[in-house]
Amino acid sequence: MIAKPGLDGHDRGAKVIVHALIEAGFEVIYTGLHQTVDNIVEAALQEDVTVIGLSILSGAHLPLTKGLMEKLEANKMEDVIVLVGGNIPKRDFDDLHNLGVAGIFPTGSNFEDIVDFINSKVGGKVA
Amino acid sequence: MVKLPRPPIKLKDVVLESGIEVKPVYGPEDVMDRNYERDVGNPGEFPFTRGIHQYMYRARPFTMRQYSGFATASDTNKRFKYLISQGQTGLNVAFDLPTQLGLDSDDPRAFGEVGRVGMAIDSLKDMEEAFRDIPIDRISVSLTINSMASVMMAMYFVIAEKRGVPLGDLRGTAQNDILKEFVGRGTWIYPVGPSIRLVTDTIEFCARNVPMYYPVSVCGYHIRESGANPVQEIGYAYAIAKAYIDDVLKRGLDPDKFIARLSFNFDIHGNFFEQIAKFRAARGLWARIVRDDYGCENPRAQKMKMIAGGGGGGLTIEQPENNIVRGAYYALISALSGTQTMALCSYDEAYTIPTKKAALLSLRTMQILVEEMGLADTVDPLAGSYYVESLTGEFERRIITCMKDVDDMGGIVKAISEGYIQREVSRQAYETERKIQSGEIIKVGVNKYRVEEEDRAVEYHDYDREKTDEQIGRLREVRAERDNAMVKEKLDILRKKASGDENLMPYIIEAVKAYATVGEIADVFREVFGEFREPVRF
Repeated sequence: MIAKPGLDGHDRGAKVIVHALIEAGFEVIYTGLHQTVDNIVEAALQEDVTVIGLSILSGAHLPLTKGLMEKLEANKMEDVIVLVGGNIPKRDFDDLHNLGVAGIFPTGSNFEDIVDFINSKVGGKVA
Repeated sequence: MVKLPRPPIKLKDVVLESGIEVKPVYGPEDVMDRNYERDVGNPGEFPFTRGIHQYMYRARPFTMRQYSGFATASDTNKRFKYLISQGQTGLNVAFDLPTQLGLDSDDPRAFGEVGRVGMAIDSLKDMEEAFRDIPIDRISVSLTINSMASVMMAMYFVIAEKRGVPLGDLRGTAQNDILKEFVGRGTWIYPVGPSIRLVTDTIEFCARNVPMYYPVSVCGYHIRESGANPVQEIGYAYAIAKAYIDDVLKRGLDPDKFIARLSFNFDIHGNFFEQIAKFRAARGLWARIVRDDYGCENPRAQKMKMIAGGGGGGLTIEQPENNIVRGAYYALISALSGTQTMALCSYDEAYTIPTKKAALLSLRTMQILVEEMGLADTVDPLAGSYYVESLTGEFERRIITCMKDVDDMGGIVKAISEGYIQREVSRQAYETERKIQSGEIIKVGVNKYRVEEEDRAVEYHDYDREKTDEQIGRLREVRAERDNAMVKEKLDILRKKASGDENLMPYIIEAVKAYATVGEIADVFREVFGEFREPVRF
């Protein structure tokens, strides 16, 4: 699932990744814009997703990711793999990893790297 | 002796993003079909291909208007004054996302976003602070906001009134182009219909009360930034502009007058000459659309006025200093294209909102062009170039085709409401990204001349979390100090009027004057209009 949490409306990257993942054979759900963390977790639960990719360009990636990780934990969904993409400066990588983010793919990341990373984590399982 | 022909050189095919094939050499035969008087015209004369004024920058250089705003109104006020002191000639106001989406700073949904990508405005009190000691009767201010534009314009008009600046003399621009927000940028709130109604209300209100104001700046910029090619950038923007015009015509306004107050915001990145041809073609086409579709004879209505700035989409995370060079070329393109106003994305924008240093560098880039390099000396210096004229003609034909395609989708409003334009644009964004990753499109420093372990010494604009508390504190003060019964009364009237079809601007102004907050006013509209449900199509 590719999700756009928070208020940021820049969805070019999120949609491009959806296209790339579909092309790579994944089943992909796109949440659309302006999603709250609650919306995202609820949708992820309902659709039983294996991977959540957050796309954030406003700079609010730390508070938003923290909120999502807490909510996943509260719902006993710690096995969901969380990726973060967008305008993510290197100085925040450690903080994001410490929150439990499995992979960070800032603007300019290759489709192939993202696809390979997901495959390595889920071993061919999809969503 | 038989002279052997030279072995043919195999030249690489060049196809522009717009699909136009570029020949290695252009000559007189390529401009045979272009008639100077009919297709080009003198500067300041129909169809204005060469520029909308007779002497262009020689008489008055383009306005320099860097996008700025962050944290609180008082922080932004300081930045405005700094930029003005450095020679900036207009202001371009950045609002934070909660303000753009009609949320008060203490709304849980605003958490982490207050003052982040622009300044936080909760009520008239903040707006007054933002423009404290700024001569709004002399410096033109552009409000970069869309679904909440009517409210910000209302606040701005109230400030003018309080300072004794007659609305009849007030100049400025609001972005206020909600239709493009559904395609790119994404700060929509209400469904498409009521969103257009708010735009129409502001156009009508300004036509009747603030005649020097530009109530809408129709943006091809964000459509292009979302992935559209340069032809679609213009074609979709014109289709959107026509949708607003058609709606305003129902209010019985004179198109010769109100169309003259519409302006445009376009993007610059990609191929150098393609951009210049795009703008020249766009000017000619708009003049024809306004004359032929709306019967306007007023040259002011026929003139396509624009802000054309360097697009963030062309800048790269990799080797950020290269963006300084790109910015300078974008500024050159903009000046060669006859823009009225210029704003450049700063070199650090792939990382952060611009630091003071980066914003100043962008301003200096524009000043160097005008004051050192002679870009203001003569009008449309590329006119008559075989290549540029041929490309301009081809561009115009392609924009017309693009607009016909939109008509075939059932018109722009339907095509956006149902997500067809968004799908077209996102598919193209994917194709472009795929081509960059495969090396088909070259980005220097990204897929060529890449430095793997580079030092990206970009200084970040620091987000100060404590500013959120400061902002929320001010908001609570406003709520405590104002006449709450009065606020309720004004909001109740607004709610009632929103359900009808009267122009809402006078009632928004009343609510703003009573210090109703951005969130309270947006909530009234959410209640009456509902919220947009995004169509998801891939």
